[in-house]
Amino acid sequence: MSTTYLIKNVAVLGGAPTDLLLQDGVIADIGPEAGDRGASAGERVEIDASGLVALPGLVDLHTHLREPGREDAETVESGTRAAALGGFTAVHAMANTEPVADTAGVVEQVWRLGREAGHCDVYPVGAVTVGLAGERLAELGAMADSAARVRVFSDDGQCVSDAVLMRRALEYVKAFDGVIAQHAQEPRLTEGAQMNEGELSGRLGLTGWPAVAEEAIIARDCLLTAHVGSRLHVCHVSTAGSVDIVRDAKRKGWNVTAEACPHHLLLTDELAATYDPIYKVNPPLRSQTDVDALRAGLADGTIDIVATDHAPHPHEDKDCEWAAAANGMLGLETALSIVQQTMVDTGLLDWAGVAERMSYAPARIGRVAEHGRPIEQGEPANVVLYDPAARRTIEASESASLSRNTPYAGRELPGRVVATFLRGKATVLDGKLA
Amino acid sequence: MKRHLLSAADLTRDDAELVLATADEMRSLADRPIKKLPALRGRTVVNLFFEDSTRTRISFEAAAKRLSADVINFAAKGSSLSKGESLKDTALTLEAMGADAVVVRHGSSGAPHRLAHSGWVRSSVVNAGDGTHEHPTQALLDAFTMWKHLGGSRPGGLEGRKIAIVGDVLHSRVARSNALLLRTLGAEVTLVAPPTLLPVGIEGWPVETSYDLDSVLPKADAVMMLRVQRERMHGGFFPTAREYSRRYGLDGKRMATLQDHTIVMHPGPMVRGMEITADVADSDRSVIVEQVTNGVAVRMAVLYLLLSGNEPAGSMVEGEE
Repeated sequence: MSTTYLIKNVAVLGGAPTDLLLQDGVIADIGPEAGDRGASAGERVEIDASGLVALPGLVDLHTHLREPGREDAETVESGTRAAALGGFTAVHAMANTEPVADTAGVVEQVWRLGREAGHCDVYPVGAVTVGLAGERLAELGAMADSAARVRVFSDDGQCVSDAVLMRRALEYVKAFDGVIAQHAQEPRLTEGAQMNEGELSGRLGLTGWPAVAEEAIIARDCLLTAHVGSRLHVCHVSTAGSVDIVRDAKRKGWNVTAEACPHHLLLTDELAATYDPIYKVNPPLRSQTDVDALRAGLADGTIDIVATDHAPHPHEDKDCEWAAAANGMLGLETALSIVQQTMVDTGLLDWAGVAERMSYAPARIGRVAEHGRPIEQGEPANVVLYDPAARRTIEASESASLSRNTPYAGRELPGRVVATFLRGKATVLDGKLA
Repeated sequence: MKRHLLSAADLTRDDAELVLATADEMRSLADRPIKKLPALRGRTVVNLFFEDSTRTRISFEAAAKRLSADVINFAAKGSSLSKGESLKDTALTLEAMGADAVVVRHGSSGAPHRLAHSGWVRSSVVNAGDGTHEHPTQALLDAFTMWKHLGGSRPGGLEGRKIAIVGDVLHSRVARSNALLLRTLGAEVTLVAPPTLLPVGIEGWPVETSYDLDSVLPKADAVMMLRVQRERMHGGFFPTAREYSRRYGLDGKRMATLQDHTIVMHPGPMVRGMEITADVADSDRSVIVEQVTNGVAVRMAVLYLLLSGNEPAGSMVEGEE
């Protein structure tokens, strides 16, 4: 029989302390009398959650699990461990694996690996085009109809830059309520690009990645989405101009959603002056003006969600000169802390807002019915307990990821995930994998 | 001086003046029958060149040898970018050989910075040109050449002097280092280029910019022409080589608008007929060959100051007699 958990004195979404009873995979009761609820045959564990906040299990719409193909960087097993430790109960695994997740076979493999790992649910993202090559559509329908039930399609890492192909993709996924998650990067404007284009890129002699290369694609895709009446999700929005474009599209009633990554909410391009490629990421770290605009956009709902873009890389791909290094940084285990620091502690979002941006909205966009549910009686017991008063210094070596490329090593961050429950089963207890 | 020379910005005004004064002492050596000092005897200087640059490499080699250092030339073809040996492994190899200074030329901006700050090597690192970032010893030899001609070889001699740097600023490490160093030395720098060859954000640099060479030339005390690489012509940065030459090339007619004392410089290698015509390059105003001579003296000064502390070179030179 499964273990029953009685969580005492927990602040649900930061509200008044109450008790939560997790039993048989669901939230069996809420309130001061929750503990009195009928006995279960299995073991019953009481958790004193005084000072802890309960949030719905987090949902990441943008994770790189690297399996199949780059098991030296991450596996479904290791990546979902990191996810659970970060408070996630569901992650969307990006398609840029080897082989690319562009067939029903590959997405079902990733989906199955996630089920076997059991640390969190894995929802594979399907590639938009065969081999991410941007030439012809992958079998989107086959992936949608597969056991993995793919609804999010993305060539992430590559932009679907061909306007006709993007139009067709947006049109085609309407048949199964899919969404195209676009990596917005105009390829010609970013040939050889290494960092945000600005005064600093000129000074450092690193080829610039101009904001306009992102904004031009987002603007085009918003217009295409409106034209064909489909659904667009914009990955890792990084510039103030992009926030404006998305805000305008939403005002017009177009079906456009957008995500921001934790690192773009905290870090700026000044870090490139170290030439340490731990700070190399795509899209690149931008200016403080962009950071402020992203935070404001996330606060007012222009940016719907936070997504990690967790991107593990082996040590040798970062222990080199900047231009030779891979793009990307770890994110799953630090995302909630960064959101607390940049959004909650600054007064821009309350915990209900965090639940919306990191659980409800990403689940809605991904059409995941089982996650992103409110903490209410009868709902699936996907819950994270979080201690916002804790402080911790990030040690790269302590990550559950197989990779070590966290840009936060040595930084003190607020907050700590104390426990994560997936359908009533603890995946993390006392800050450690259960 | 700091332990490494990675950027012209690493040099304070005092540091830069000290390098110039030390280089002046070193240059006087060239006129003596024995051109060698024992200053760095027993020290090892490694020239680590990931890019071909015979002229910079032999300049550093001559400088180190004249200071009696042991010199190892390491032509590391293929950085990790081309799946050869990684920068890190190359560095560890040099460290194991006991290098006191590593002079590094690399195609990637910031590679010398990584070498100096990643804990791979303990030696001093001298940037001999990295990507499109910097080339600080080139800036020092350029400043030294100006200082001899325009500054009377005295401290503060470049204060208020007007320097025009003309050409592909966007891709030029020489322009970056010169802009920083000349500003440190009090000179006023104007960068002249077509708008496509100036970096975004240049408004934040401590320089003036102009798209119009003809308006800048009559005011300049020194004009430095930058090389325009062949590949830029195919990158769409300007329509044709001929149009570039017409608008930004230095020919005899333009040279005639210069003040009498104005010198013409070029870091080499020149593309004669493109950014500079042969009659200008070979004219009395041209100090291009002298720049090469000064390069050895300046690099001697840099290696000496980095490896043997901050004592004035003068005392050491006199002690040698």
